[in-house]
Amino acid sequence: MAKIRDMIPAFELFQPTTVGDALELLDEHRGQAWVLAGGLDSFDWFKDRVKRPSAVVDLGGISELTGIRDVEDGIEIGAMTSLTEIERDERVRSGFSVLADAARHVATPQIRNQGTLGGNVSQDTRCWYYRSGWPCYRAGGNTCYAAAPQAMNREHCIMGRSRCVAVNPSDTAPALIAVDAKMVVESNGGSTVHDAEDFFIGPAIDITRMTVMKSQDLLTRIHIPARWADADFYYEKIRDRGSWDFQLVSVAAAFRKSEGKIEEARISVNGVAPFPVRLDAVERLVQGTSGDESTASAAGELAIQGARPLRHNDYKVAMMRNLVRRAVRSVS
Amino acid sequence: MDQAESVSVLEKKYSRRTFIKGVIATGATASSAGYLFRGSPLLGAATYQTATERLITLNVNGQERRVDVLPHETLAMTLRYKLGLTGTKLGCDRAECGACTVLIDGVSQYGCSMLTHQVRGRSVATIEGLEDADTGELSVVQKAVMEEGGFQCAFCAPGFIMAMTEMIEVNPNPTREEARLALSGNLCRCADYDKILTCAMRAAELARSV
Repeated sequence: MAKIRDMIPAFELFQPTTVGDALELLDEHRGQAWVLAGGLDSFDWFKDRVKRPSAVVDLGGISELTGIRDVEDGIEIGAMTSLTEIERDERVRSGFSVLADAARHVATPQIRNQGTLGGNVSQDTRCWYYRSGWPCYRAGGNTCYAAAPQAMNREHCIMGRSRCVAVNPSDTAPALIAVDAKMVVESNGGSTVHDAEDFFIGPAIDITRMTVMKSQDLLTRIHIPARWADADFYYEKIRDRGSWDFQLVSVAAAFRKSEGKIEEARISVNGVAPFPVRLDAVERLVQGTSGDESTASAAGELAIQGARPLRHNDYKVAMMRNLVRRAVRSVS
Repeated sequence: MDQAESVSVLEKKYSRRTFIKGVIATGATASSAGYLFRGSPLLGAATYQTATERLITLNVNGQERRVDVLPHETLAMTLRYKLGLTGTKLGCDRAECGACTVLIDGVSQYGCSMLTHQVRGRSVATIEGLEDADTGELSVVQKAVMEEGGFQCAFCAPGFIMAMTEMIEVNPNPTREEARLALSGNLCRCADYDKILTCAMRAAELARSV
């Protein structure tokens, strides 16, 4: 689709200052309101005229949504905290460096200054057929253009497909799964807490959404329990160019060790499925080992079991296998 | 009938805006405003009718500027086409090039990808505000760019200079690699990156010696 360089189509702008007001607005404009965080996902949609909400609720004025706080069990990050703040925060850097690393790998300095953690995990997929306004399954149509025989699908998924073959673009998502973060989602009916790996959903559950959140829901804060603080972490993101790009494949892992053996592990990979994948089976496999070469190899092979590449993305299978290998190998 | 009505509404809005601009800004603004308000075949007249401008006060380069802003207007649009600050460039308008980089409360952000209403009460710094308001003396970054001749066509220069301005605040003693990372949110299609990095290093050096 040609890029249009003029005004965004008109909408009504609301700038609430409390979460309560924001939730009321979302309720009032049921389904018609768009939640605006950093705007790096939103404005592309608006400018391309693919999404044209009549009302936009800007969360930027809600001070209770920003900042990193110490809580009884770990730390709590407001959903509107900028990625730069997370990348630089001493508590995150020392206790949960995997999250600081992931935040540092997002796009560019300017985007990290403006982009928020809540927005990063809630952003929509970057499948270019979908983003260009093609009437695909995810957009309510009845086909997937990215899985068609002639499709350009180098950056699409190798597992977890269900009609849609898009991938989750978030860099922080696998890191949040690795530290077992809890996502606090509020709506007018109250608040619910989701484990990070359950917060992201695949097309088999709902093809129109990337997360559990519906149009009246708001992700308000992310709680990172102390349990995984100071673990051995590993983060790696592979992308085509050194800035701006989304991941081709990324891995985030946390290991608890005792006497040179892995006691417990959490490993997550993104860029391979419509949701960040948690590798439970690999985690069990590496338990009790020292992360030696043979374990790492076995872990890599296990990780890619069931992978079904599309026409142009079989390289992702090898990439995923090698990233999981490297993550496990980092322990020894 | 509807068509004729909407045209007259448009004309009224247009002339009122031009008048306000005549008071607050330069002739250059009035002529470039045509770009902003000429509409597009994709924009129905209804879009204009539902959009209501609000008069707000923006702190731009240390000055309080009163300006009428639409709810869906981006900061880069307001700066360029309503305040006459055309130093801030619009390259891609998609947060993918960095030409529109401005500092919001001293932090670099893309002016094309935020609404003007989001920066009410915050201070906006553009390339025009870098020189000393009283003496016209250039900032250290601007001096460094002059000395090193960092840019070829220089369309990207305002964005790079704003990013460098933030960089020397955050990290006054960067390595070349750190400068590279700090400027990784700006593109130069002449691919003058090496010279631009030399400018950044020189700017940091000048800043340290002040």
